[in-house]
Amino acid sequence: MEFFLQLVITGIMVGSIYALVALGWTLIYKSSGVLNLSMGELTLTGAYVSLTFYQWGLPFPIALLFTLIVGLVLGLVVERVFLRPLIGESVLTVIMVTVGISFFLRGALGFIWGTDTLVFTPPVFPSQPVQIGPIVIGQVYIWSFIAAIVLLLIFVGFFKYTRWGLAMQATADDEMAALSIGISAKFVYAMAWAIAFMAAGVGGALLGNINGVNVSVGHLGLLVLPAVVMGGLNSVPGAIVGGLIVGLLQNFAGGYLDNLTIAGISIIPGGAKEMFPFFAMTIALLFKPYGLFGWQRIERV
Amino acid sequence: MDTNGNILQLNNIEVMYHEVILVLKGVSLQVPRAGIVALLGANGAGKSTTLKAISGLLKHENGRVTDGSIEFMGERIDRRSAEEISRQGIIQVIEGRRVFEHLTVEENIKVGAHLNTGAKMRSGVDKVYAYFPRLKQIRERTAGFCSGGEQQMLVMGRALMTNPKLMLLDEPSMGLAPLLIKEIFEIITRLNREEQLPILLVEQNVKLALAVAGYGYVLESGRVVMDGTADSLRDNPDIKEFYLGLTDLGTRKSFREVKHYKRRKRWLT
Repeated sequence: MEFFLQLVITGIMVGSIYALVALGWTLIYKSSGVLNLSMGELTLTGAYVSLTFYQWGLPFPIALLFTLIVGLVLGLVVERVFLRPLIGESVLTVIMVTVGISFFLRGALGFIWGTDTLVFTPPVFPSQPVQIGPIVIGQVYIWSFIAAIVLLLIFVGFFKYTRWGLAMQATADDEMAALSIGISAKFVYAMAWAIAFMAAGVGGALLGNINGVNVSVGHLGLLVLPAVVMGGLNSVPGAIVGGLIVGLLQNFAGGYLDNLTIAGISIIPGGAKEMFPFFAMTIALLFKPYGLFGWQRIERV
Repeated sequence: MDTNGNILQLNNIEVMYHEVILVLKGVSLQVPRAGIVALLGANGAGKSTTLKAISGLLKHENGRVTDGSIEFMGERIDRRSAEEISRQGIIQVIEGRRVFEHLTVEENIKVGAHLNTGAKMRSGVDKVYAYFPRLKQIRERTAGFCSGGEQQMLVMGRALMTNPKLMLLDEPSMGLAPLLIKEIFEIITRLNREEQLPILLVEQNVKLALAVAGYGYVLESGRVVMDGTADSLRDNPDIKEFYLGLTDLGTRKSFREVKHYKRRKRWLT
C-alpha cells in the first residue's frame, strides 16, 4: 500500500510536468491544426538553456524565468521563419516541417552542448528527501510539481481570461469567423508557438533536474503524444489530465512491471516504463477515439 | 473621404478563384454613407463573393480581385489583407451564423472587441445587449447550443463590438422563422438609423431586403444586371415576376402556372 501511494504521488508530480508540456502542444494544435512532432526537442532545448543560465551562477528561479524569455523569443522566431511561410499549405507539409525542426534542434543542441549527460551543479534542490507519513519524496519532485502547477495556472488563466487568449480560442473554433472580425491568425499562431516553447522549456528544465540533461529528456518530452491523445487532442483540461495519467502509468509500469518475475524468471527485463504510456494510448484510442475530453462536434437537433 | 457621399465604391471589379474560375465579371456598386444597400440575386450569382472581395476574406479562399478597384472612404483597399480591412472598419458578418461554438455567448461578444480594453469593452457589451436583449438573458450559454435566431443575433452583436464603419451582412434571414426574421430586420434598421451605420445587405428574401434598403443591385452570373432605388425595383415587372413571384396584375401567381414556369428573359448574358 505504501509502495502504491509512493508511486501515485511520484506519478502525479512527474505527470504535472508532462501536463505543462502537453498544454503547450495542445495550444498549437487547437489554434492552427498542426501536429507538432518537435515537442521533445523543444523540451530538450529548455533543459539545456536553463542549465546554462544556472551554470552562469543565476539562482534557479531566475534561470527559469530567463528560460521562459528565451522560449518566447525562440517560439516567435521559429514560427516566423519555418511556419508562417507555410500558412495555407497542407497539414502534412507542416507536420513534416515540425519533424525537420526536431532534427535541426537535436543537431544544434548536440553541437553546442555535446552529447554527454550534464547535471545541474551544485544541485538545485537539496537531495534530502521529505518524509510524509510513510511516503518518501525527493524535494526535486515537490518543487517541480509546484512550479509546474503555478505555470499551468498562469497559462490556463491567460487562455481563459485575457482577450488574447479569447482570440486564440476563437481562432481554434472557427478560423474564418475569427478572420472576419479582424483577429490576426498570424498573431495567434505566433503566440501559440511562443507558449509551447515556454511550456516545453520549463518542463525541460524541471525534467533535467530530475534525471540530468541529455537526449533522453527529449524522449520524455515526446511523452506528450500519449498524454494529448488520451486527453483529446484539442482540449486544454484533457492535456492536463492526460499528462497526469501518463505520469501515473509510467510510475506504475516502472514500479510493478519492471520488477515482475514469475518463478524467479524476469518477464519484462526493463523498459516497461518507457513503453507503457504508448501501449495505454493505443488501447485508449480503441475505446475513446476522441480522447477523454476531445471536442465532439456540437450538433443542434 | 469620397466627395460624392459614398463610403464604399466598387469599380468594375473582376474576381477569380484559383486563378481560373471567373466569378465576378465586372461589378460596380456604391454604398452611400449611412445607407442600406441590398445586393440581390439567385444562388451562385456572386453576392457572397462580392462581400468577400470587399472584406478581403476572398484571399483566404484562394480568390483574388483581378481587375477593377474597391475604394473605402476614398482609399483603395482591394490589395489589403482581411486584417487591415477589418481594422479600417469594414466588418463582414459571414453567411451561416458562424459563432464560436465552444465559447459562451458573452465570450463570443467580447472576442469582437479583441482590440479594445477595459471600460470600452464593457460599454460595448452593454450596447450589444441593448440592441439584442435576448443575448443578455443567455449570456452564459455555450454558443453552439443557441437557436438559429440567437446565433444570428450573436454574430451581428459580435460584429457590432468592433465598432464598424461599414457592415456587410450575408443572408441574415437564412433558415429562420418569419417572426425572428422580422425582429432581426427591425434591428438592422435600428442599427442603421441610430448608429448611422452603412450596411451592404445580401439577401435571398427580396421583399424584405427591399423593405429596409434604400437602393438595390441585382446580380446575375457575376454581373450587375439591374439597379435602382428600392421603390423602383419593387415596381419593376421583372423583379416582381422572378423574385417576388407576382404577375403583372400584382396578384399572387397561381400554382398551376408555376408548373409551366419558364423564364422568358435574361437581362444580359
